[in-house]
Amino acid sequence: MLKTLTEQFPPLSRHEALVEANRCLYCYDAPCTHACPTHIDIPRFIKKIPTANLLGSAQTILASNLLGATCARVCPVQELCEGACVLGAEHKPIAIGRLQRYAMDHVYNNGIDVFQPGPPTGKRVAVIGAGPAGLSCAGELARLGHDVTVFEKRELPGGLSTYGIIVLREPVDVALAEAAMIARLGVKIESGVEVPRDLSAEDLRARFDAVFLSVGLGATPALGIPGEEFILDGLDYISQSKMNRPELKPHPAVLIIGAGNTAIDCATIAKRLGSGRVTMLYRRTENEMTAYPHEYAFVKNEGVDFEFLTLPVRVLTDNGAVAGLECVRTRLIPHPEPIPGSNFVLPAQQIIKAIGQQKPSVGAALGLATERGFIQVDANLRTSQPAIFAGGDCIRARGAASTVMAVQDGKIAARAIDKSLAEKVAA
Amino acid sequence: MADLRINFAGIQSPNPFWLASAPPSNTGAQVHRAFEAGWGGAVWKTIGPPVLNVSNRYGAWHSGSNRMLAINNVELISDRPLAINLREIRDVKRAWPDRAVIASAMVESTPAAWQTIVRQIEDTGADGIELNYGCPHGMSERGMGSAVGQVPEYCEQITSWAKAAAKIPVIVKLTPNITNIVLPAQAALRGGADALSLINTVNSIISLDLDTLELIPSIGGKGGHGGYAGPAVKPIALNMLAALGTDPSVSGSGKPISGMGGISTWQDAAEFLLLGATSLQVCTAAMHYGFRIVEDLCDGLKNWMDSKGFATLADVRGKSLHRVSDFQNLDLSYRAVARIDPALCIKCNLCYVACNDTAHQCIDLVDKTGARVQPCTWDPAGNGREEAVSTRPQPRVRDEDCVGCRLCYNVCPVEGCIRMVEEPSGRESVTWQTLVNTEPAITNDWEAMKRYREAHGIDIH
Repeated sequence: MLKTLTEQFPPLSRHEALVEANRCLYCYDAPCTHACPTHIDIPRFIKKIPTANLLGSAQTILASNLLGATCARVCPVQELCEGACVLGAEHKPIAIGRLQRYAMDHVYNNGIDVFQPGPPTGKRVAVIGAGPAGLSCAGELARLGHDVTVFEKRELPGGLSTYGIIVLREPVDVALAEAAMIARLGVKIESGVEVPRDLSAEDLRARFDAVFLSVGLGATPALGIPGEEFILDGLDYISQSKMNRPELKPHPAVLIIGAGNTAIDCATIAKRLGSGRVTMLYRRTENEMTAYPHEYAFVKNEGVDFEFLTLPVRVLTDNGAVAGLECVRTRLIPHPEPIPGSNFVLPAQQIIKAIGQQKPSVGAALGLATERGFIQVDANLRTSQPAIFAGGDCIRARGAASTVMAVQDGKIAARAIDKSLAEKVAA
Repeated sequence: MADLRINFAGIQSPNPFWLASAPPSNTGAQVHRAFEAGWGGAVWKTIGPPVLNVSNRYGAWHSGSNRMLAINNVELISDRPLAINLREIRDVKRAWPDRAVIASAMVESTPAAWQTIVRQIEDTGADGIELNYGCPHGMSERGMGSAVGQVPEYCEQITSWAKAAAKIPVIVKLTPNITNIVLPAQAALRGGADALSLINTVNSIISLDLDTLELIPSIGGKGGHGGYAGPAVKPIALNMLAALGTDPSVSGSGKPISGMGGISTWQDAAEFLLLGATSLQVCTAAMHYGFRIVEDLCDGLKNWMDSKGFATLADVRGKSLHRVSDFQNLDLSYRAVARIDPALCIKCNLCYVACNDTAHQCIDLVDKTGARVQPCTWDPAGNGREEAVSTRPQPRVRDEDCVGCRLCYNVCPVEGCIRMVEEPSGRESVTWQTLVNTEPAITNDWEAMKRYREAHGIDIH
């Protein structure tokens, strides 16, 4: 199998896990736990590994984060738990992500369900979108005994974990196994259902006591340049790689427009497919890149080239096939401005854009208040309509969107929904 | 360069490091190799009556990723024929005239049996005989080993039988499986012992297998107590060595002591020397890493002696014995407090939880401004490396409440981060022994103690 289609890190062996877990100092009120957006009690789960209490270890993780198997693989640990490890200053921080995966693999490989559905409350909750925020919220609500249905517009559940995280980090099976675990908590997952196309706001209100919106973001915005129809969408490109689609092929020269984490993923796939020269284009400099520093370092190590201060102008084609990209240099004042007359051509047979995603449209369609295009929520993730809550990328007006933040949103919203449903009963 | 040569009851050795009587000294080939590596001597694995051994005879205690902090064994004395052992002892001694070759022996408790083995050993040209009164397993069930060592009268009697036949020095090896180590030591000296060695192994069961519920190691489904040795027993050995060194009759006898029990490094060795040992025996460390460890044992010890200005081992021997004290003679006015170096502190906050939960509640957590903060009070809406690290509180000792218990010092994972610093207590030195004489009431009356504390400014919070 191609390198791009297998997980980068092998599981830790029992011996590796023991040595690593034994290095953990078991800090009190540990900074790794503080740094984790879901606040997993990390020293606690790590200390259970050497004593072979892997069930207890997994329980500790899942109690704070139902998608612990995904987060173990995709979390930017350098920015979170491992970045805060007290051993990091002078030594190597504990490999928390990989130890978490070790504990998670134990329950998933052995078919162990750590949690059971709660006693039924008779309350019905709809979750729109089966990505990390949606599955987290659904699972937490099911543990509390609520009757949860998740509506997912795509074929498979898991959202970006299934379709948008490169296999190098997370194979599809891991995301699907997590969704299956959530389903075994009694959550119904209906795929191929899009809100409001297939399910109107009125339907939702009529059939459910509360709604959680976890719809993520929209399509990649247009660059607005001639020949744009020849440019591939970065998320589609990653999705093809995850589904192992036959149209995925190497090319002598591939251009990636954008310099965020998704762009880096696209470049990594192109390179590992065996493409010749893979170049990332960014209209600003490396100082403004939104990609994590460790991702940038990773992709440079993969042999990817960079063209900074570069703006695409038009796609060049030859007999209906991509032949190159005409670009222009920019300068920062402080926004990037094209420098007249600096045009040049980068030859390429494939061009991929990963320049962020459009704001979610569902919020407006359901008549919810928005903030800078994102769905507006309060601290409990309640929208402008009392029975509708939202979380994940669709509310991320500020800060970096990430899987673990989405999982935490699902957890917070589940608690708020549970409380609001209890209040309704009391009233 | 410091001189490591020793004269142990007349036995010469180029350095104090001897292989202890154990598996490493089981054969001539092994002892040859050990001498090539630089060992000063070897006490041959105990020879005696016929035995049969079992498999899975060594268990071990591991802690975290640190392997074999202790080993336990149910291996018996040498299972090789006596004649072969005697021949190999002879060959080794001939090949290595400058090294100390000592034969350890254990036989049936009759004068004839002991005198026979003593003569057989002397015929090999060995430099000395070590009477094994120590092994706690197997042989003790046959009336040998610790069955002898645990009864002072037997120690004395058997030593006298051996001495009656011996022309070479007789060393008596003591078992630690006894309440007061001084009693068998005195008995051995009464029996005429030329020297003592200690400690033999400690009774122990290593662990259990939680799948099979069998003992570890399992010998066909069963197990039992075995002799415990290695780094973990060192403190027990040091205490027993000090007990002999501070006993007037033992130390007054002038008989040398061969110290052993967990010696792994030259630092361990130096500690045994400071508490009165003349020669040092090593087993577990060699079983863990091989004979090559003797190089650093000698090199490190020499360098330390040079740095301290000790020219010979006689200069080191027993140098710390006068500091061994009963509690009643300790200075009750001595005060030390813990100091945490904020520049070295990595904020694991293990000192805080240890002090707060289990000691004397005198470490605070403080924020960047020095203001006291409670643990686990960060905002759950926050996250990320930046926030977790920048808001992480730091431990700080409240000097006035610190009793100087030293727990934080012991749990701190960073070398040199917590120091115990002497602070003037403002009180005159006084010992409990003195108070028993000057203030007898305080020893059994809490009201009197209260008045004494108030008068002397001793505040127990």
